[in-house]
Amino acid sequence: MLKYRLIPCLILKDDLIVQSIQFKRYLPIGKAEVAIEFFVNWDVDEIVLLDINASRKGRKPRLDLIALYAEECFVPFTVGGGISTLSDIRNVIRAGADKVSINTEAVRSPHFITEGAKTFGCQCITVSIDAKKNSSGDYEVFVNSGKESTGLHPAEWAQKVQSLGAGEILLTSIDRDGTKQGYDLDLIHMVTDAVTIPVVACGGVGTMDHFIQGIVDGGAQAVAAANIFQYTEHSTIIAKSALKKAGIPVRLSSQVKYEGFNIDEKGRLI
Amino acid sequence: MTRSITIVDYGMGNLSSVKNAFVHLGRSVTLTSSAEDIKRADVIILPGVGAFGEAMQNLQALNLIDILTEKVMHEKVPFLGICLGMQLIADSSEENGFFHGLKWIEGNVRKIKAPQSFRLPHIGWNNVTVKEGSILFNDLGEDKNFYFVHSFHMNCDKDIIESTTEYGGEVTASIRKDNIFATQFHPEKSHVNGMKILQNFLRLC
Repeated sequence: MLKYRLIPCLILKDDLIVQSIQFKRYLPIGKAEVAIEFFVNWDVDEIVLLDINASRKGRKPRLDLIALYAEECFVPFTVGGGISTLSDIRNVIRAGADKVSINTEAVRSPHFITEGAKTFGCQCITVSIDAKKNSSGDYEVFVNSGKESTGLHPAEWAQKVQSLGAGEILLTSIDRDGTKQGYDLDLIHMVTDAVTIPVVACGGVGTMDHFIQGIVDGGAQAVAAANIFQYTEHSTIIAKSALKKAGIPVRLSSQVKYEGFNIDEKGRLI
Repeated sequence: MTRSITIVDYGMGNLSSVKNAFVHLGRSVTLTSSAEDIKRADVIILPGVGAFGEAMQNLQALNLIDILTEKVMHEKVPFLGICLGMQLIADSSEENGFFHGLKWIEGNVRKIKAPQSFRLPHIGWNNVTVKEGSILFNDLGEDKNFYFVHSFHMNCDKDIIESTTEYGGEVTASIRKDNIFATQFHPEKSHVNGMKILQNFLRLC
């Protein structure tokens, strides 16, 4: 049976992993290569790395860093940030990524999704969608690290990217990002309902229950988070254990024990 | 003498991931797109992520089809195809049209047939059921999970299928015929289980 995936999302600003709060404030955490090495051995199912400064500064992806990070990443590695041409995709994959995540450029030139999928296969092309409620209370897609409005509705945009050839959607709620209030389940549900490609939910996880909600109530095929994995000890193991307890099929490594500990309501070991 | 491992670089896919995995296992590897290098190869790995037609076109443009066929089908060097690299050894594929493959294995590549509730691509970790006595899966524990990412799979003679996975129906997960090994899943991205597969393969080389 196909397992639901647990994915740490590493937010890279320059060459440091940062904590992001509603795409507005960023606090430094540490080196990505260290985080990746830990995560790989802590049973995560995939790792997403988003370089949030690349598009904003008009910079290309940092291939040297990607190659360094990929060295010890023996689970699938998705890389996003600054990818706007087919040769960017080729370079990032050659540096050691398995998939790319396209966000701003997908909105600016939607045919880029199609070209990417044709050349590299749709399974290689993840379209990242950042959405929040706009001033009139409707969901809207934002690009350029949440700075630029697009007038696009997330569910409609999701359908469009699917028809253009995207293999997967990484859906992030800007409003919930860094708030620990849980996923925006309405948003996730709306998008998972609209498409038949897998959807990865992201943004807002503060407790282990939130992961369960993302799958059960949101309908996501994978649950991603950033900060909780950086700040809660043994977080990935506890998250897997919580998902397992809720009856959700997850991949459990034989190297890790998933029982015999208790966790508090915040998901910490007690 | 340790045999040299040659990874075929034909412009498709996650070559570095495959290389990193072998390096992690302490083996040195050559990444190459030259027929001359492949001529000298003791072990050949054909990775691949991408579209079938484009991949065959690249192999053709690089003039690699004859030398690969010579090495694998006549010299019988150990061969491992991964994902698209597995599909390419079939007769043909229906991905985005109709394309001829390398024709080393009788079979064709078809879209996964699954009820609509099964999203495609089939992305993620799935369990495989392994045929008894399959050497590639030696020493694996109960939970034989591997990472898959694909929408198409190999349709071929049941006798050469070594493992299958379930996704709205049976999906070919790996095959073996003589010196030819191939996995639809990505051992290089399947953490501990994947490393075991690669180690088992190397033991046979």
